[in-house]
Amino acid sequence: MIEVHVGREENAALVDAAGTRFKLCAVNTASASFIQSLRQVLAPERVLTSDEDLVPYSFDGTAALKQRPGVVVFPLTTAEVAACVKLARDNEVPVVTRGSGTGLSGGSVPLAGCLVICLVKMDKIIELDEKNLTLRAQSGVITKEIDDACAKVGLFYPPDPGSMKISTIGGNVAENSGGLRGLKYGVTRDYVMGIEVVLPDGTQTFLGNKCVKDVAGYSMKDLFVGSEGTLGIITEVILKVLPRPKARKTMLALYDSMEKAAETISAIIAAKIIPCTLEFLDRMTVQCVEDFAKIGLPTDVEALVLMETDGHPAVVEEEAAQMMALAKANGAHDVRAAADEAEGAKLAAARRNAFSALARIRPTTILEDVTVPRSELARMVAFIDDVAKRHRLLIGTFGHLGDGNLHPTFLTNERDHEEMHRIEAALEEIVDETIRLGGTVTGEHGVGLAKKGFLKRQLGEGSYELMRSIKRALDPQGLLNPGKIFD
Amino acid sequence: MPQAVLLKDLDYSVLQQCMHCGMCLPTCPTYVETKLERNSPRGRISLLRAVADGELEVSRALSDEMYYCLGCLACQTACPAGVKYAELFETARAEVELADVNDGMQRGFWRWLTLNVIFMKPWLLRLVGRVLRLYQHTKLDVLMRKVRFFGLMPRSMAALEPQTPRISEKFSNELILPLESPTTKPQYRVALLTGCVQDITFSNINRDTADVLLANGCEVVTLPSQHCCGSLHAHNGEVELARELARKQIDSLDLDALDAIITNAGGCGSHLKAYGHLLHDDPFYAAKAKVWDAKVKDIHEWLVQIRFRRPTAGAGVSEVTYHESCHLCHGQKVVNQPRQVLTSIPGLTVKELPESNWCCGSAGIYNITQPEQSQKLLKRKLANLEQTKCPVVATSNPGCHLQIANGLKACGGHSCQEVTQPVSLLAQAYRAEQGVGASGPY
Repeated sequence: MIEVHVGREENAALVDAAGTRFKLCAVNTASASFIQSLRQVLAPERVLTSDEDLVPYSFDGTAALKQRPGVVVFPLTTAEVAACVKLARDNEVPVVTRGSGTGLSGGSVPLAGCLVICLVKMDKIIELDEKNLTLRAQSGVITKEIDDACAKVGLFYPPDPGSMKISTIGGNVAENSGGLRGLKYGVTRDYVMGIEVVLPDGTQTFLGNKCVKDVAGYSMKDLFVGSEGTLGIITEVILKVLPRPKARKTMLALYDSMEKAAETISAIIAAKIIPCTLEFLDRMTVQCVEDFAKIGLPTDVEALVLMETDGHPAVVEEEAAQMMALAKANGAHDVRAAADEAEGAKLAAARRNAFSALARIRPTTILEDVTVPRSELARMVAFIDDVAKRHRLLIGTFGHLGDGNLHPTFLTNERDHEEMHRIEAALEEIVDETIRLGGTVTGEHGVGLAKKGFLKRQLGEGSYELMRSIKRALDPQGLLNPGKIFD
Repeated sequence: MPQAVLLKDLDYSVLQQCMHCGMCLPTCPTYVETKLERNSPRGRISLLRAVADGELEVSRALSDEMYYCLGCLACQTACPAGVKYAELFETARAEVELADVNDGMQRGFWRWLTLNVIFMKPWLLRLVGRVLRLYQHTKLDVLMRKVRFFGLMPRSMAALEPQTPRISEKFSNELILPLESPTTKPQYRVALLTGCVQDITFSNINRDTADVLLANGCEVVTLPSQHCCGSLHAHNGEVELARELARKQIDSLDLDALDAIITNAGGCGSHLKAYGHLLHDDPFYAAKAKVWDAKVKDIHEWLVQIRFRRPTAGAGVSEVTYHESCHLCHGQKVVNQPRQVLTSIPGLTVKELPESNWCCGSAGIYNITQPEQSQKLLKRKLANLEQTKCPVVATSNPGCHLQIANGLKACGGHSCQEVTQPVSLLAQAYRAEQGVGASGPY
């Protein structure tokens, strides 16, 4: 079932649940003496405890989830992070790590009274190594700043999650964030070469290196990518970067049915073209995005597809022409190309705001992240439409056509309990269908609190228990982000 | 403990509209400075929501937070979800004033003197202007500085003294007749709002605005005595006074006989267009306020709307950059029009200013209430201006104009030597057509 924690009591139960599962679970809240010790380790102004300071750290980008922490700290170095973790371990206070708090699965929502370690002040790019094509940065660096730094020397960091203007690289690695360029360039994991991590016992260690080839033992860094702050605290990363594509072309194709849009995508892939972006927005999403961005998107369409190809200028020209022709041949009633890169960037930026723009309609916006094999996408979209009708719900859908990652977004009001129950029922059906089609409950947002009720259903007993035993082995005390991913 | 009432009474959906996605954070000057959530729009909204939910009391800390906010509304531009931050911000400041959590007789006295007295009576404001003018004319200010009189005052006040704007030789009513008609048959009839600070320090810009309107076939009605629009009051938690001033403004003009009500100050315009909301529950004025809102136009917005005439002569300036007033671009969403006005002028190259819509730190009276943060923003603005190497910067709000001019004066050796406004450059260009010659900066 969907986990929606609104009140204090419910989340207290969450702690209790975790407490009963783990023998030695950290369940204490931050005490005065604990806070005093933190102040000795960090400068006092980097330890926040007043109500006015804590309320704004009670949530992340996920709807309807909030819980007030006991203390928020801002370390500047890995050593400071380690010192905080050791103190938390000794005092058995659970630790929730966060960056800019833009997560969409409740992964960085605190536990009542816990310690929040906020890494936004660890914001230095340490090295851009043009010989090895790597970039080393502290976890609090903003994703876009990493790509901007690369761009200055003709390099490129491809993963571009919707929140890249403010999300931190540490958060991206911990959540294994995706983005609009997944089809061609993959996701955050594909760019992580090394990480510095603080383990639950306070040990600092570096996993990985700058070597393209490295088979020395288990690929430990990969265990931490996407671990959602439950296994360790990532404080630094070494990222792989690429030469920046010399050209980019952005196109729009408009359809009066989702099927035609999906057929176009199949045709493009069949033509052996891998575009960097193939995004779609349904009617409601297009209307909201246009309402916000006012960039002249046509609002009388059933599906709008944003296509982008990048690379060598000649190849880009050729592929763009082919893609536009294929879109027309497969039923697009209008296909147009952005006049220049600036206009293309505007279109992509508008797409990145799709989720938040949908919030214009109703007070609460619940974003889902189900993902199916690309070939099943049109079927899944039709299924979601049907679910919305049967449960009398408002669902705007957009997502990544190229990689099957869908974002059905429920527009509702968390105060309307009856409607929230209908959403739960609808979500159950969507999840069941996703799993039936061989998909996953979360393509890029992570499990956190929002998806943990569905995890076992997807994974099955074996791999679910394997995950839990890894968690128990690394964090027997249940210190780091307890209650996330699973209980 | 005083009870919070305003936030609790607020339509809850306004608070709920924020889905805390964080898209506002990188555009918020205070968050970018501190990287603390409470100093961000979504952080502040979460505090206001906690107050509305009864989970947080209205405290001095909350008040400090709401006054640390510039009210620049950059977050409103960034917000995909359409949160009405201006409304929340004004309600919150009113809430903290009502709760009386700020101690200090001095603060109370200055607030009372400015908000309840000076800015409520147009004649009194002009009287203050005359006194200041006399003070500056008789070089008494120079003398006072020589005898270090300001050393006797609190440091914050003394630091402000050099920032006192140069008072105009003549106020707007001495420069503009109550009714002026174009030489050709009038196409439109508009009222010109002369503002408060604009009136006593930049009355020449009001004259330029009238000239530009006349040159484009507008008959211009300019009331000799005008009330403050009330933006100062609304932004500083005095909603009732703001409502009173809004009613006076509405009553002062015959709305049916006007095609538009022209404002040339970004900060005023943003508030003038929000009377509908301010008076929405006023049985007598609600409908009138809606009509009013629809007629208020920023001068650039209006010029573009009526397809203003491109001048055939230059303005005597070859290169300019443009700094956007927050309440013009974020509050009113008037972004391209001032640039269109500038690019219409022959021989004038318009260079884009990096971070052109980032607050300069003037922000109403923020430079007085939060001098430290204000100076940081001014420094950032001056550094961006230096990058353009432009000798002239145009802006369209008296607060920004003064802030940047003071900054340039204080730093010395800056490439940018002059602050002006797009309408002034356009007026100069029109005058040059007549062979009057560019009159240069005032």
